[in-house]
Amino acid sequence: MDISVFQIIWFVLWGVLWAVYFMLDGFVFGSGFMATFLAKNDTEKRVLINTVGPVWDGNEVWLVTAGGATFAAFPTTYALMFSNLYSALVLLLFALIVRGVSFEFRAKIDSPVWRRSWDLAIMVSSFLPALLFGVAFGNIFKGIPMKNDFAAINFSYDGTLIGLLNPYGLLTGVLFVLLFAVHGSLYAAIKTTGDLRKRSEEMSSKLWLPLLVVAVAFLGYTYPATKLYDNFLKAPVFLLIPVIAVVSLLLVKVCIAKSSFHKAFLFSCLTIVFVVFTGVTGLFPNLIPSSIDPASNLTIFNSSSSLLTLKIMTVVAGIFVPIVICYKIWVYRLFRGRVSDGDVLENPDAY
Amino acid sequence: MNVVTLSQLQFAATGMFHWIFVPLTLGLSIMTAWMETKYVTTGDEMWLRMTKFWGKLFLINFALGVVTGITMEFQFGLNWSEYSRFVGDIFGAPLAIEATVAFFLESVFIGVWIFGWNKLSKKVHALSIWLTAIASNVSALVILLANAWMQKPVGYVIRNGRAEMSDFGAVLTNSYGWIKFTHTALSGYALAAFLIMGVSAWHLLRNNESDFFTRSFRMAAVWAFVASMGVAFTGDLHAVVIAEHQPAKFAAMESQWETKKGAGMHLLLVPDAAHERNSLELLYIPNVLSLLAHHDPNAQITGMKTVPPDLRPPVLPTFLSFRVMVGLGTFMILASLVGIILSRKANFSDSRLFLTIMVFAIPAPYIAQQLGWLVSELGRQPWIVFGVMKTADAVSKSISTTQVALSLLGFTVLYGVLGAIDIYLLVKYAKKGPDKDLTSIINVQGRA
Repeated sequence: MDISVFQIIWFVLWGVLWAVYFMLDGFVFGSGFMATFLAKNDTEKRVLINTVGPVWDGNEVWLVTAGGATFAAFPTTYALMFSNLYSALVLLLFALIVRGVSFEFRAKIDSPVWRRSWDLAIMVSSFLPALLFGVAFGNIFKGIPMKNDFAAINFSYDGTLIGLLNPYGLLTGVLFVLLFAVHGSLYAAIKTTGDLRKRSEEMSSKLWLPLLVVAVAFLGYTYPATKLYDNFLKAPVFLLIPVIAVVSLLLVKVCIAKSSFHKAFLFSCLTIVFVVFTGVTGLFPNLIPSSIDPASNLTIFNSSSSLLTLKIMTVVAGIFVPIVICYKIWVYRLFRGRVSDGDVLENPDAY
Repeated sequence: MNVVTLSQLQFAATGMFHWIFVPLTLGLSIMTAWMETKYVTTGDEMWLRMTKFWGKLFLINFALGVVTGITMEFQFGLNWSEYSRFVGDIFGAPLAIEATVAFFLESVFIGVWIFGWNKLSKKVHALSIWLTAIASNVSALVILLANAWMQKPVGYVIRNGRAEMSDFGAVLTNSYGWIKFTHTALSGYALAAFLIMGVSAWHLLRNNESDFFTRSFRMAAVWAFVASMGVAFTGDLHAVVIAEHQPAKFAAMESQWETKKGAGMHLLLVPDAAHERNSLELLYIPNVLSLLAHHDPNAQITGMKTVPPDLRPPVLPTFLSFRVMVGLGTFMILASLVGIILSRKANFSDSRLFLTIMVFAIPAPYIAQQLGWLVSELGRQPWIVFGVMKTADAVSKSISTTQVALSLLGFTVLYGVLGAIDIYLLVKYAKKGPDKDLTSIINVQGRA
């Protein structure tokens, strides 16, 4: 098979890895930064953390895999994406580090000051990645100011951290924050009991309209701000992808109104996945476009690994990704059902 | 300082911090799995209490090991983008495979183990910690194979302005990597065993839960001895591979300046790199260096003088790190052997001097491992990929001194705070001792 076949396979996988990552870590981020508004006392906060307790670590590995897959399949993109967006990604790393240990550390000392400090840490370190991922992807959709000469192996970048905070990048950041806020509230609604459950249900309903408004603004602003729509105009069949995203978002509200929160959560999953697919489809064949020079675009063709490496990686992914999906489904089934106050208070291993 | 030096400092600092937590994960996961297996097969509740107590320490340590690992993966792209672009075709694959094959398994089943006590049968619950332990070790293997490729690059061709994979099998079977993995993993097992012995000794000195901690100590002493012997054995094999493939690193480790047949070793020496000699040499043992390097007393040793000055690693820190590491390793073999003998005696808790030494010996394997990494990475300089790419050519071009200085500062502060909290919690829970009441778990498990 021709190398371009494998380049396309890995482009699709690249999109899928990011989509699944945002779907899974999205509710961990969302319930993390919404905890202050959903949970009113220490026990409720612990309940929230324990709803994500068994799964957050495994969810985060999708990010590590997305990073590793970018490195292995598109090393030039991996190299330039990370170094060009250095300061933003270092901030993101700090947040992810703090979030991970917060869950583990918070319950270990029974003191109000200690726990309130970690509550604050969880809120900030969950909010920041949601915003930063959005800003980063907004800028990737838009293109970043880089000049790349692939033949001479000479790359330069002319952007700054402040430059990333342009209106379109910020709007995408707000979109991610609201997507995850609704997603996290819905997750809390289906995983908790009592008042906490009720507040989470109400919150998901309250936040839906702002999310819709921002989503519409995002879809509209994408037209002048990016070239994402070019692909859809060239091959209108792909318009199905943003249509599914929009319909799913509308169905989230329909299900909330009918109090079918499990279904609402599933449609929220679909919304996130198809929002990412929309962006990624619009990018093809670019991974990161240049905002100043189309010849400098990082594409799947000019930044990929060799045929042999792509083949090896395809075999590995073909065998292991289905296995991963199987045991992840098993784990979600094992920990299905709601977490109550009693579960947390009686279990000495609870977070 | 320039971007290269700052990036090197940052990689060293974050890597060494990561390595405070990883070896304990590698060793304590297996030992906890072993304890739980003993509980499942014998039904003896003491093993369950041991599983819970040592497992708690394992978990406090585990989280920081995971989150600091992400920093390592990102840093290749952040600070070393020329390197990532140049070697990504061959170096990216192990990282992606590690995540897909091992890291997922480890991260998913650690959650199952923590939260699954009341939801799984005893056997499946024990299986979940075994899967975590095996996956952690496979993870380490794949990462060390990637590191070994930087030490002894194999299975590649230079094509299209980069190193491209030509033989993936060669990367996976790189002898340097397998020796490095066994050496490193075994030292992780020894480290975990020394932690168990040290904490047990602390409690035994206070006559606290004597049965519990004597049994823990006995088990750990055997693990520590076998693992430390293994570390020495694989260390010997490692030296041979280094002498063969990285003679400059070997010369730095031994501070050997002259090329010589049948070279011996000074037990005490002080390197003087500026004058290409040792300013002090005492206690000479003939032929032993040739024997260690090539398993032949008359073999030729390449001295540092034959290496062009701009291709020499820093001699003094490499030499000192190596010597102290070997010294600590020797101490660990002896201490664990004494531990095996004394802990079998009925009046073990009267061996107060030995128990006190074992409490203070907890940091020994930690220090030895950090020094081992210094030997490995400093000894490879000025190369990032030995003989193929220089460290100075590998750094990202789009980052500034200010950016890296700030991120290094951020990592230092953040890691400093988190490390201090983690050690505080480890000490707190280690001192607290095992829980007395396990009835809730046993009752529920009985029903399952």
